[in-house]
Amino acid sequence: MSINELNASRAADAGQHPLSREESATLDRRAIDYVQRAAATGLYEIRGLGAKRAVPNFDDLVFLGASLSRYPLEGYREKCSTRTLLGTRFASKPVTLEIPITIAGMSFGALSANVKEALGRAATEMGTSTTTGDGGMTAEERDSSKTLVYQCLPSRYGFDPDDVRRADAIEIVIGQGAKPGGGGMLLGQKVNPRVAAMRTLPQGVDQRSASRHPDWTGPDDLAIKIRELREITDWEKPIYVKVGATRVFNDVKLAVHAGADVVVVDGMQGGTAATQTCFIEHVGIPTLAALRQAVDALEDLNVRGQVQLVISGGIRTGADVAKALAMGADAVSIGQGVLVALGCNSETYLQGDEHLSALADYHRLGTAPGFCHHCHTGKCPVGVTTQDPLLEQRLQPLVGARRVRNYLKTLNMELTTIARACGKQDVHHLEREDLVALTVESAAMARLPLAGTTWIPGHNEK
Amino acid sequence: MEDLRQTATGYGLPATARKEAIRTFDLATHTVRELNQFLHKELVASGVTKVMVSNPDGAHSIACGVNAPVDIEINGHAGYYVAGMNKHAHVVVNGNAGPGAAENMMSGLVRVRGFASTSAGASARGGCLIIEGDASLRCGISLKGADIVVGGSVGSFSAFMAQAGRMVICGDAGDALGDSLYEAVIYVRGEVKSLGADARYEEMTAADFGTVKQLLDLAGFDYSPQEFRRIASARQLYHWNADAQQEY
Ligand code: SF4
Repeated sequence: MSINELNASRAADAGQHPLSREESATLDRRAIDYVQRAAATGLYEIRGLGAKRAVPNFDDLVFLGASLSRYPLEGYREKCSTRTLLGTRFASKPVTLEIPITIAGMSFGALSANVKEALGRAATEMGTSTTTGDGGMTAEERDSSKTLVYQCLPSRYGFDPDDVRRADAIEIVIGQGAKPGGGGMLLGQKVNPRVAAMRTLPQGVDQRSASRHPDWTGPDDLAIKIRELREITDWEKPIYVKVGATRVFNDVKLAVHAGADVVVVDGMQGGTAATQTCFIEHVGIPTLAALRQAVDALEDLNVRGQVQLVISGGIRTGADVAKALAMGADAVSIGQGVLVALGCNSETYLQGDEHLSALADYHRLGTAPGFCHHCHTGKCPVGVTTQDPLLEQRLQPLVGARRVRNYLKTLNMELTTIARACGKQDVHHLEREDLVALTVESAAMARLPLAGTTWIPGHNEK
Repeated sequence: MEDLRQTATGYGLPATARKEAIRTFDLATHTVRELNQFLHKELVASGVTKVMVSNPDGAHSIACGVNAPVDIEINGHAGYYVAGMNKHAHVVVNGNAGPGAAENMMSGLVRVRGFASTSAGASARGGCLIIEGDASLRCGISLKGADIVVGGSVGSFSAFMAQAGRMVICGDAGDALGDSLYEAVIYVRGEVKSLGADARYEEMTAADFGTVKQLLDLAGFDYSPQEFRRIASARQLYHWNADAQQEY
């Protein structure tokens, strides 16, 4: 009996007509969904979080721990330093961090004031920095953050020289990994009176912010802009330049030439509170590939150690951090991982000692825990990315701070565990030689040998 | 909706209302760093109320980040970002200014007696910028509450995405004036080559004539407010809408 006959007889046994379930690879359910949504709305989809597609990433690398040819450190007894200095090139007051894991720029507006406070508290407890975002600096985050990086974005929403003076470092944002070349977005439901006032916008507008800075255009101008910021800060504060990962080798070199103390490179897995899906999934290159290009650029200019490199975009675990450092980053920056630590995509939220279900609220958004990317709606079921006065109560600053602190602590323990196993007394001593790749793609992008071979695709081939 | 269109801006009293103590910086022999260091860290204790800058020779970042009520007079041409992020100071450039003059100004008053290059008054949140000559492209881009008075004409893309504040243009304007305007209001006396998306002409009200008069008086320009037209946002781009044929 052929398979078709078998199916037909099974269907007949069940009293049904036979069904063909052959899905098209071109127009699969995801593509059908996309076309039908576009036809119904006439607008592109806007959503939160980062790229959902699978791309080569740090999971595709493994460490070569110590054995006979290398000597490990004792896991629990020998010291392994995680101290990290950023901004040593020109700033008279560089930033000193206890751990090389920082909190990425996320705006007040995208996040609630409670969340900003929680992040500041956690970062301060762990001796690391947090970063403002496209909406200005809130008193909550300044007061709770020992080390606060102040972003200077194309929109300049709420940009204030007093905050420049209050900041510990300035980050000029050229782009972000989720949307290199695109400006910010904040949908009307999140533009409440406080957010609107901070951004000088009418309440409730669907805010699209500029993708180009208003007062400079190319890399030569950027050099002059950086000098202005240095003059205003009396050459005290480090100036970071953040780029979304595209032509990273050239962009990093231009940032260095323009006078950056620190370059931040954000790969395509980096998150967003609201961006067009076509942007999130189809513009920019993976963090792994971006990191290698950035390190190459610094090495090419012979400025490694002088200009620090911060990498971000989809960093989740201590192993990710260790691999980023081994490849040549001085520190990492985390956004989405931190939001998940706060409860993003969790089934419940904590009120007092009680875990309450958020399932019904996920369903109302047309999603479920594990699948949510609805930050753009402002109706975050767990109170993280919302301006709604009721919803934001679902995340209390102290509870959030504890969770983020625990998360950062775990990452740091994993980082030092791996570093010790590789025989390093300082996590910054991790090196490329400690890594190999598991796939041909990651080997080519990270320019590391495929595990068990000396083969680096496209590199050491005759 | 909160009314952002009549933003009250404080220009502050010029320091010369007080007893004058003058300090001169010759940029042929001093660096911009020395000048700014003085303005940021030593000015208040020094009792100096007026700072004269000679031989600026197009240097960048002259008198940026000032945070005190002081008179600053720059005798010559300034480069990029003169009086950038100014708070409280009254700054006069007796010459032309490079890109980004008085960018992100918070308060005070900046007067450029010559021409201003691109992005003059970009993102400025308060105070008043007066340009006696022409201003180039993107004048008043992202304006956030300051007032700008231009004695001559402005280049294309001026007041792009301007959010709040007022802009008075005594001459002509280039293409795409006021593109994607929020709540800033523009008054133009001369020809406008083209309006940007969502910008439209509106009737002048008594309040508009009063505003224009006040700003012309402040700038010292002798035009009649009756000669000006008002441009403001049609507010059609404030919300995404598939039927509005918008380009995002
Ligand atoms: S749970 Fe909240 S923070 Fe997480 S994706 Fe959904 S809306 Fe965004």
